[in-house]
Amino acid sequence: MQDRFTAATQEVLAYLHEQENKDLLRFITCGSVDDGKSTLIGRLLYDSKQIFEDQLAALDKDSARWGTTGGAIDLALLTDGLQAEREQGITIDVAYRFFATDRRKFIVADTPGHEQYTRNMATGASTADLAVLLVDARKGVLTQTRRHSYIVSLLGIRHVVVAVNKMDLVGYDRSVFERIVAEYRAFADRLDIPHVTCIPLSALAGENVTTPGTAMPWWEGPALLPFLETVEVAAARTQAPLRFPVQWVNRPNQDFRGFSGTIVAGRVRPGDAVAVLPSARTSTVARIVTMDGDLEEAVAGQAVTLTLTDEIDVSRGDVIAAAGARPEVADQFAAHVVWMNDHAMMPGRGYLLQFGTHLVGGQITEIKHKVNVNTLEHTAGKRLELNEVGFCNLALDHPVPFDAYAECRETGSFILIDRVTNATLGCGTITFALRRAQNIHWQPMTVDKAARAAAKGQKPCILWFTGLSGAGKSTVANLVEKKLHAGGYHTYTLDGDNVRHGLNKDLGFTEEDRVENIRRVAETARLFVDAGLIVLVSFISPFREERRMARSLVGADEFLEVWVDAPLEVCEQRDPKGLYAKARKGTIANFTGISSPYEPPENAELVLAAGEHDPETLADQVVAALKARGIA
Amino acid sequence: MSDPVRLTHLQRLEAESIHIMREVAAQFRNPVMLYSIGKDSAVMLHLAMKAFHPSKPPFPLLHVDTTWKFREMIAFRDARARDLGVDLLVHINEEGVAQGIGPFTHGSAVHTDVMKTQALRQALDRYGFDAAFGGARRDEEKSRAKERIFSFRSASHRWDPKNQRPELWNLYNGRIHKGESIRVFPLSNWTEQDIWQYIYLENIPVVPLYFAKPRPVVERDGTLIMVDDERMPLRPGEEPEMRWVRFRTLGCYPLTGAVESTAASLPEIIREMLLSRTSERQGRVIDHDQSASMERKKQEGYF
Repeated sequence: MQDRFTAATQEVLAYLHEQENKDLLRFITCGSVDDGKSTLIGRLLYDSKQIFEDQLAALDKDSARWGTTGGAIDLALLTDGLQAEREQGITIDVAYRFFATDRRKFIVADTPGHEQYTRNMATGASTADLAVLLVDARKGVLTQTRRHSYIVSLLGIRHVVVAVNKMDLVGYDRSVFERIVAEYRAFADRLDIPHVTCIPLSALAGENVTTPGTAMPWWEGPALLPFLETVEVAAARTQAPLRFPVQWVNRPNQDFRGFSGTIVAGRVRPGDAVAVLPSARTSTVARIVTMDGDLEEAVAGQAVTLTLTDEIDVSRGDVIAAAGARPEVADQFAAHVVWMNDHAMMPGRGYLLQFGTHLVGGQITEIKHKVNVNTLEHTAGKRLELNEVGFCNLALDHPVPFDAYAECRETGSFILIDRVTNATLGCGTITFALRRAQNIHWQPMTVDKAARAAAKGQKPCILWFTGLSGAGKSTVANLVEKKLHAGGYHTYTLDGDNVRHGLNKDLGFTEEDRVENIRRVAETARLFVDAGLIVLVSFISPFREERRMARSLVGADEFLEVWVDAPLEVCEQRDPKGLYAKARKGTIANFTGISSPYEPPENAELVLAAGEHDPETLADQVVAALKARGIA
Repeated sequence: MSDPVRLTHLQRLEAESIHIMREVAAQFRNPVMLYSIGKDSAVMLHLAMKAFHPSKPPFPLLHVDTTWKFREMIAFRDARARDLGVDLLVHINEEGVAQGIGPFTHGSAVHTDVMKTQALRQALDRYGFDAAFGGARRDEEKSRAKERIFSFRSASHRWDPKNQRPELWNLYNGRIHKGESIRVFPLSNWTEQDIWQYIYLENIPVVPLYFAKPRPVVERDGTLIMVDDERMPLRPGEEPEMRWVRFRTLGCYPLTGAVESTAASLPEIIREMLLSRTSERQGRVIDHDQSASMERKKQEGYF
């Protein structure tokens, strides 16, 4: 027993030692539908003996039921794990698979080929070191081949293997392979992918996958797996300046205050001078704390807890960085954005942006251009639809530390989140900061809002009237203003129709123009509040998100949302401007309530039952509400 | 300029798991760690101790006890929580107990649904947990291979596999509405082999059932079932016999097949696993229904 134990121990120790010297390659397989991605992974797993007997038995059964190979083992079914995928014979979401050879460990993300699931392809690609791009030898380079190549280059993957698959179906013809290679290279030369390798193979026949085949004696390059085992991909960025985004403040007791996080670039030692961004306070690293004891040094990729020699304010979202090579801090920058949601991205609409461990509100201020993934041409656009890519300017509610994505993935990337549904809407890679963020500082005025308000003897605020066309917003606002004016208050009314004659006369009624319409009005209202006025805004403003944006511009007690709530039938019956009749006939597009939605307020300060009471009564209700708040 | 330091495979996995756990601690109000006592839970708990050191993990452990676990599992669970000084919550579906639900009387499907899936939902609702860690790995099963690290659950605990949130880089979107929750899988990218290697290298205690020794078993429908207590009804002709066995996975004893083995130490277990030609889930009676059964169970709220 003792001998057997010792033998096993020796053997396992030797094995573990060998494992420790293995590194890890994370790669994706991508390409168009039916190019054979899942079959290729199945082949890699099968040939590297990663499939267990019971899984093989289940596969046999599944092949008979779902398979597309006429009863023979369908290797694609190994990775298509969802019922819907097996039924439809397509890949919907990324599947992660694991295998190892004597030289390396591999994590493979099998990504979907259908255009509608591009976001899932991007999910897989964002953590990969290399991409295996499959091309069907019979079809050559397709739209999806180009789309995936573009996304791969956008996400900074520097190694692409073009696997020209199904060579068996073209008689292993060298000229077919060479034609595809030439076509692909002509496209890829315009992308930022430094290393492109092309390999002809047949996943189904196992030709040139794990071992060189016999069917293509003309091929002198490596088979796929030997190539994957030996390709050198960049190691973790341990030579770059330190970047340590703080995830969690570690405070077990009064005597210990550490900052937990993962080093995403560089290395750190006790005694190193560091800066904490965005505050730019500086300190020195005291300890690198782990459960296994303090470390002398930690490098990119390690999750540790740092303590500093000074009691400075550090919280989640801050970046601890090398004092001599800091990230940029800005609230405006340019980035490529990949949109992943059915609801199009609108410039001016507010989103949440997650940067590393930092969550901040912001918006896309401008789409500089969209990228046609087929031709790589730049096109103009006012919105980004699902799966579109745009080069955009963004503005945040406050400055954040970041690097260009090309410099550091972790501090140069972000995701966009919907404020209402919490869905992940898209992702972005930062190109550069926009200089004006640093150079145009807010001009502090000696005479400020409080001084101007005091001179007028009033509390400035925005009264935001929202509701359907014909609900009576302008009528009520007009009466309220009359009453306030009579009481000696300084007021101004911004009316939807009137503003469209001047400031906003360049805007139409598409969703993106409506967003911009509201943004300009909200900014104008803010300036008037700053001037000390009580501002009455009378706008349909159908989207919650834009009203929320307007609210966010001023103080919490300076914004009153007044919902002039009249039923659609009542408004349509009144139809003071004849607009409903035209909308019903279809001569006005995007008309709120008819062909464009109205999103009712959820937390309006005041709801006016505009179908039941006359405007005079409603105006009195508004004035009473202002009195209750000490405004009137 | 010194040479770039290359982290080993396990160091990278460890750091990734710790990063995930810290994100949960920072983003959620009331997280919990599902602790199922097995080897994956052992690794997950060890990583949690590392992630928050010198603090304790800022969340409790939750064990959903079906009342049919191996006795050694329960003893191990209580000792472990005590030794580490972490909070342990145990939830039992009392309605199920009152109805006498059990694997022998109601079959594996009903038992698992009532005592495990429904019990888990009860516990999550009772305590109002908004995030729950699970030790599942993507290499275990085909539908697991498809799941995100932060896996969104509706207010009724359902998983929608066809409409998962995109998950880019290491940016995990933990935003949810009241009642919704996120299941978090910090061991997603670990394989069975990684788990055992890590247990060996880090010297992590595991339930003795993983090690072979003579145990009383009966062979039933091709599976070796250990007779762990007197509740197991023996069929005519069945006579428990002592055999050298061990377990590759642990669960309810009537639903967990033993494997014949003499591997009584970690090195021997690792060696045996390297030579094995069957997957670890093979010993789980509940997975055998059909290939898509895990996906369906997961949709209904199973971990």
